Amino acid sequence: MSVATASPDDPHAVGHGPRTEAHGGVASKRIIVGYGFWIFLVSDIIMFAAFFATYAVLSGATAGGPSGKDLFDLQTTAVETGCLLLSSFTCGMATIAAHVRRQGWFQAMMAATFVLGAAFIAIEVHELAGFVGRGAGPDRSAFLSALFALVGCHGVHVTAGLLWLLTMMAQVYAKDFRDDIMRRILCWTLFWHALDIIWVALFTLVYLIGSAA
Amino acid sequence: MNLLGKLTWAAIPWDSPLPLFASAAAALAILGTLGWVVARGHFPYLWKEWLTSVDHKRIGVMYTVLALVMLLRGFTDALMMRSHQAIALHSNGYLPPEHYNQVFSSHGTIMIFFVAMPFMIGLMNFVVPLQLGIRDVAFPTLNSVGFWLTATGALLVNISLGVGEFSRTGWLPYPPLSELAYSPGVGVDYYLWALQISGAGTLLSGINLTTTILKTRAPGMSLLRMPMFCWTSLASNLLIVAAFPVLTATLAMLILDRYLGFHFFTNDHGGNMMMFMNLIWAWGHPEVYILILPAFGIFSEVVSTFSSKPLFGYRSMVMATMVICVLAFMVWLHHFFTMGAGGDVNAFFGIMTTIIAVPTGVKVFNWMFTMYGGRVRFDVPMLWAIGFIVTFVIGGMTGVILAIPPIDFLLHNSLFLVAHFHNVIIGGVLFGAFAGYHYWFPKAFGFRLHSGWGKAAFWFWLIGFYVAFMPLYVLGFFGMTRRMQHYDVPDWQPWLIVASVGAGLIAIGIGCLIVQLVTSIRDRKELRDPTGDPWEGRTLEWAVPSPPPVFNFAVLPEVSGEEAYWAMKHAVRGGPEPSYGAIELPRNSPTGVVCAFFATVMGFALIWHIWWMAIAGLFGAWATFIVFAWRDHSEEIMGADEVRHTDLGARGQPA
Amino acid sequence: MACVLPLAGCSGGVLDPQGAVGVAEVKIFYNSLAIMMTVVVPVIVGTLAFAWWFRASNKRARYRPDWTHSGQVEIVVWFIPLLIILLLSGVIWTGSHALDPATRLKSGVPPVEVQVVSLDWKWLFIYPRDGVASVNLLVVPAGTPVHFTLTSGSVMNTFFVPQLGSMIYTMNGMADNLYLVADRPGTYYGRSTMISGDGFPDMQFAVAALPPARFAAWVAGAHGGATLDAAAYRALSHQGTVPRPIVFGSVAPGMFADVVAQRLPPGPGPRLTSPGTTEPKK
Repeated sequence: MSVATASPDDPHAVGHGPRTEAHGGVASKRIIVGYGFWIFLVSDIIMFAAFFATYAVLSGATAGGPSGKDLFDLQTTAVETGCLLLSSFTCGMATIAAHVRRQGWFQAMMAATFVLGAAFIAIEVHELAGFVGRGAGPDRSAFLSALFALVGCHGVHVTAGLLWLLTMMAQVYAKDFRDDIMRRILCWTLFWHALDIIWVALFTLVYLIGSAA
Repeated sequence: MNLLGKLTWAAIPWDSPLPLFASAAAALAILGTLGWVVARGHFPYLWKEWLTSVDHKRIGVMYTVLALVMLLRGFTDALMMRSHQAIALHSNGYLPPEHYNQVFSSHGTIMIFFVAMPFMIGLMNFVVPLQLGIRDVAFPTLNSVGFWLTATGALLVNISLGVGEFSRTGWLPYPPLSELAYSPGVGVDYYLWALQISGAGTLLSGINLTTTILKTRAPGMSLLRMPMFCWTSLASNLLIVAAFPVLTATLAMLILDRYLGFHFFTNDHGGNMMMFMNLIWAWGHPEVYILILPAFGIFSEVVSTFSSKPLFGYRSMVMATMVICVLAFMVWLHHFFTMGAGGDVNAFFGIMTTIIAVPTGVKVFNWMFTMYGGRVRFDVPMLWAIGFIVTFVIGGMTGVILAIPPIDFLLHNSLFLVAHFHNVIIGGVLFGAFAGYHYWFPKAFGFRLHSGWGKAAFWFWLIGFYVAFMPLYVLGFFGMTRRMQHYDVPDWQPWLIVASVGAGLIAIGIGCLIVQLVTSIRDRKELRDPTGDPWEGRTLEWAVPSPPPVFNFAVLPEVSGEEAYWAMKHAVRGGPEPSYGAIELPRNSPTGVVCAFFATVMGFALIWHIWWMAIAGLFGAWATFIVFAWRDHSEEIMGADEVRHTDLGARGQPA
Repeated sequence: MACVLPLAGCSGGVLDPQGAVGVAEVKIFYNSLAIMMTVVVPVIVGTLAFAWWFRASNKRARYRPDWTHSGQVEIVVWFIPLLIILLLSGVIWTGSHALDPATRLKSGVPPVEVQVVSLDWKWLFIYPRDGVASVNLLVVPAGTPVHFTLTSGSVMNTFFVPQLGSMIYTMNGMADNLYLVADRPGTYYGRSTMISGDGFPDMQFAVAALPPARFAAWVAGAHGGATLDAAAYRALSHQGTVPRPIVFGSVAPGMFADVVAQRLPPGPGPRLTSPGTTEPKK
């Protein structure tokens, strides 16, 4: 009993040439990795959606404590937002550098991204620490719990992204633009841009609307 | 600052012999097994071929073993509850409330998260790549990490037996009872961290299988040529990807409440416990479809194979599966009709819930019509399938009854509800898991399970189920509430005694399964299946030898229609030898098991507030991934000669 | 489901309702059960019959391996459940509105007001108009609708009297409404149906539905009892069960509102006696 016919496009066969989706069969590794990472991002965005929904429900539950209007300083947050948006640009530059295999440019752009991301985190930590210092910590009210959790969750993601960024810099330095490393760079940039998009939603729904209300 | 956080000798339950003995016995069993393995020199084999394996078949088997072991633990809890309630009229029975409440909490948690989930994920892992005609899942190492994180969660739940306590708030920790103010012990923390860690594993597995099904199929295997089990697996994994992040977020909020004084669900400072119920059921209701959909797929395969007919109404079935997948997210509120949300809201969610009965009903009819005009063989998997259809329609009907808000006002949180969800989870998910276990066992190991013991197990389970749970429906009508450590209504007792007899019958059924496994391994030569196709199968997993070689398919099959293998074996059985080529295989990696070790350390440390150890665990897990990322060879190459040799060897033909 | 039918005659459960709400709900139950039985029974019989008739050893059964789809059959299998669900949707829509717990019951008599507070692990019933209160004993006049306003003094619970009908959650910091009526005098069993801690099994109470005159007499007799003030409430809110019902002769005004507004704080919960574990409260 044997399997019917040999397949001309076996992705595991050694030395197989370039293949296209239209052919049917197993997709290329780059497609699989990118696709899988997109699905992860979808799940991550759903997790953020849960925090956003909770924030929407609890945003009025200030329990006599300060509201967003009392706390938010849009100028600081605007600078913070600027850092993150700019970092998405440098991240894009790093991707281009990787595609043309320019180690120097890649490292420079990744370093710039790191500095901008770290600045974002520093401003955020400073802002939240300021809230705590004014007696508006997450234990003050359900509103502040939801705020700290939502902003904190994004902050933890950015921090993880920064650690990943350093790892990618080190990997490219040590091993150059190998195929598997290029796939990881792809995932990391997707991650970084997704965090940017989430921040735009967060900035609008929490800070802009919160300051206006 | 205590170096060991909240952990002291007082955490060991010296004064309660039951958990102490149980945990000591479990620890001895684990150490004994490990000792035996090491002493007999099997450890290198175990480590190289299983613990560090990234082969989806091995991982699938390990998931299933985990599920079967945890089934014993969860069922022990069930026996304790049933026997306790049988005698707890006007008395405290033999379990004090603080134990009884842990027993029902751990029973539910274990059965859902560490029996039903790993059983289903294990079967999907093993079968889906074979049915799709491919060599492995999309992300083999990730697969291994997902399994080991699930095992970590199971381990943490069991550690709570001997160190500290488990949650006493039910299988879902409703606040404010689960908040620090009302549950100051570590029980809820065990629950939370066990589920966060295993939930991460489940999410990884969901991402992996979704990508596998959507992006890696054999040439010609279009979506509408996929076997039904692949479709239901796809639906189930899409639900995992969409629902588990909500669970993670919800449990994270409860963790923040308990650890850092946040006020998401507390009574005071504006917390809102209704948020928790909405969020947890936004995950919880899809979760039941995550479990039942793969079971539907298994029954579709089994009914079709043993009726010697293709599945009736394949496209209808695909449609019904995806409709269920979508509707699963629109019904969560039916878990709390009694919150007083008002007529409009209750009516909407009641109607949405009953609508799910439509695609489910279509599936039942299609299974019936698959048998119609077939040649039905009553092998063990088919018995489970028929037992399922009969049992499941009853459970479905009681589900629709509970979905009608005015009736739910009478039966919510009663034993009627308990009977209902056991009716669908035992009669649906577990029967499906057992059908799949018997159906695919010969594929995994190359020999069948003894069918006499299998039939005995089936009948004891089936009859035991009815004897155990029909009385609970009755008790629901009597107004008996779930989770009662004792009661004062004499009318209830006779029914509870009957129910405990039913639990005893199920225990015999489990005994039969154990005997079956042991005798089948002993008699494996007689039960050997040399063909690789013991049931006259119709899908690609039967095209490869049993057990399948590491690469599954020496040459990827070319699919030209539904029921790929059925077409092939009738077209070119015994055709010319295929042209073998070299194959790239993923290298085994200890990343999963090492990462799980650090996750266990971290989880345990977080439960007991041992902060330095938690940081060490987190760092260890991160370092493990860095080491993994640094390796230079993630694949190894098997030459054409070796592929040919292995393939022909597995088929019992001399190379 | 054969076991359901003999139960109809049993006393004490939800199928033996003693009030208009329960009667209406049980009627919906029987109606929907009947509707679904028309499909469920044929499916069970059909499954077993098909499986048996088409067994491989039956030479008289016709083997039709190619009969794998049929437009007509599939239309029927989609439409049968759809019709059933359409019918049930009507039942659900009307039932959910007519029997919404916050809906006033039609009656010539004005409802009696009872405020319910679930505590760790006892039920407090306050009669605001009469200024009396009781613990684990609910006395109501038969034939008169009762308007319950419910909250919790600690964790979530569910107020439920199986023979009177609808149950509803009690939650701290908020109040919900429930109308029930006992059609005739009698003693009924009531309890919490939501796990609330170690003393949960004992969160039960007797409902005494008395003829209106005797209800008035009970209120009058109650007035002699102790006072339920903030201090007494705080004592009650500590974890523990109550061996026998307590009756309070007077109640501090606005107590229920104070509980809802958390001016009377939620119950303190257990004391942590050893690290990691919580000791049982006895």
